[in-house]
Amino acid sequence: MAYARDLNQIRALIATHKRWDLVFALCGLLALMIGVLSFAVLFVDMAIDGLPRLSAEFFTNFPSRRPAQAGILSAWVGSCLVMIVTAFFAVPLGVASGLYLEEYASKNWVTDLIEINITNLAGVPSIVYGLLALGLFVYQFGLGQSILAAGLTLALLILPVVIVATREAIRSIPQGIREGAYALGATRWQVCKDHVVPYSSAGILTGVIIGMARAIGETAPVITIGALTFIAFLPPAPLTSAAPFVSFEWVTSPFTVMPIQIFNWTSRPEAAFHQNAAAAGLVLVLMTLAMNGLAIWLRYQLRKNLKW
Amino acid sequence: MVETSEPNAAQDVTKAEVRNLNFYYGDFHALKNINMPVYEKNVTALIGPSGCGKSTFLRSFNRMHDLYPGNRYAGEIRLFPDDVNVLAASVDPIEVRMRISMVFQKPNPFPKTIYENVAYGLRVRGESRRVVLNEKVEEALRSAALWGEVKDRLNDLAFNLSGGQQQRVCIARALATDPEILLFDEPTSALDPIATASIEELIHDLKSRVTIVIVTHNMQQAARVSDYTAYMYLGELVEFDVTDTIFIKPKKKQTEDYITGRFG
Repeated sequence: MAYARDLNQIRALIATHKRWDLVFALCGLLALMIGVLSFAVLFVDMAIDGLPRLSAEFFTNFPSRRPAQAGILSAWVGSCLVMIVTAFFAVPLGVASGLYLEEYASKNWVTDLIEINITNLAGVPSIVYGLLALGLFVYQFGLGQSILAAGLTLALLILPVVIVATREAIRSIPQGIREGAYALGATRWQVCKDHVVPYSSAGILTGVIIGMARAIGETAPVITIGALTFIAFLPPAPLTSAAPFVSFEWVTSPFTVMPIQIFNWTSRPEAAFHQNAAAAGLVLVLMTLAMNGLAIWLRYQLRKNLKW
Repeated sequence: MVETSEPNAAQDVTKAEVRNLNFYYGDFHALKNINMPVYEKNVTALIGPSGCGKSTFLRSFNRMHDLYPGNRYAGEIRLFPDDVNVLAASVDPIEVRMRISMVFQKPNPFPKTIYENVAYGLRVRGESRRVVLNEKVEEALRSAALWGEVKDRLNDLAFNLSGGQQQRVCIARALATDPEILLFDEPTSALDPIATASIEELIHDLKSRVTIVIVTHNMQQAARVSDYTAYMYLGELVEFDVTDTIFIKPKKKQTEDYITGRFG
């Protein structure tokens, strides 16, 4: 067949080709809308159910047998404390691992094997982490059903996410920057501490927060290690009035977290508790969105000074 | 004997001596049996077509190849006055890099302030006294002909400078630690003609205080800035001589063909 030669033929051809542009644009938009709209419908449905229950008391009350008086105090405090422990362990371990793999490890089959396993770890079902933690942290290490055990479990869970994010952030640093530092006589560690870590901090932080946003919604592993579903007291305060003013007793305290509270309320027969669950779900989604928002903002702030 | 202008191999002091240098990227034999001197406080240019190994050769001087696996040197680059082979396995590449500094093809300032860029080499060497750093940073920026332009904004990010200024920050960074040899790897290939002229002028001024080796793909640049020139082809050193001799009366046909543009 002859190809289009004269202008009219060319125009007709372009018009035919452009029709496919339109077809794909529509398909793409549709695919996008399926995701966005389902989330919007879920969110709005939950907001309609839960919004009337949101009040100051809802945040300052402990759970109760009377749905109207029940609140999420112990759940959100528990979630926040568990997240602190999670970050405390996941960040240094993940960043050190990522840094070692990118900057120190020689590229051979052992490194390849470790890389594959880290990627695999990210896909291990969270309940498996829960089982591991139940055996290791709760019984073997004798940590009991504590905030520390939960924080460690979730830290393990998000470790692959932190490692992968760290490695990607490190890889985006141009080799020229490293060579510039090495050429001045810097050692590997000096290059890491003065350049690689500071310049990749935006990406690392983003990865950490996204990992944490996943961890805060995790239910299965936390149930497995034995978080309580009904808890009407707070862990001991980390700051005390007597010297040394700091107390770590809270890490050994029993606890509950937001998703467990939601699960607990959902499994009750009374409809009023379902409203509580929707309200708590709304709070949890907003917490996650806030964390993702923070990640985006931090990335923007930290990357402002990095151009290459 | 041809009387050339300034450079005079009989009088110039040898700063480094390359002896039977061979270099391998894995199985690839990139540099073949190179022998040549580098004279103190002179500019030595390495020229040749793309892929001839001139950058590979340059990066051997400060052991940059040690950063990547699978690279191997054979032969010697002896550094004087202490007559040490910088390629020897017993010599720490970090020690070599502290003595031989480098400026790269693309300006590569750190995403830090101008001040911190220039001070970094000193910080690596453990200097933290503000007075000393201030003095050294100013001196280096003056030597790099940049002080007047940046003295009021030392705490600005180096990225906000123009390409030519960034390259001069990199030169100041390399000069701040008083290196014995300064390596330039095509330092103007990413710059416009005006910035190129200023860098060339700077190189000319710097040779009174430091020995310079420069890789360039621009023959006019080699003719303008260098005292000695080495022409390389396919990993071999074809000819090394006083720059004027190379450009006016090369001994080898191959060099002449390249210089006159008949080849390359």
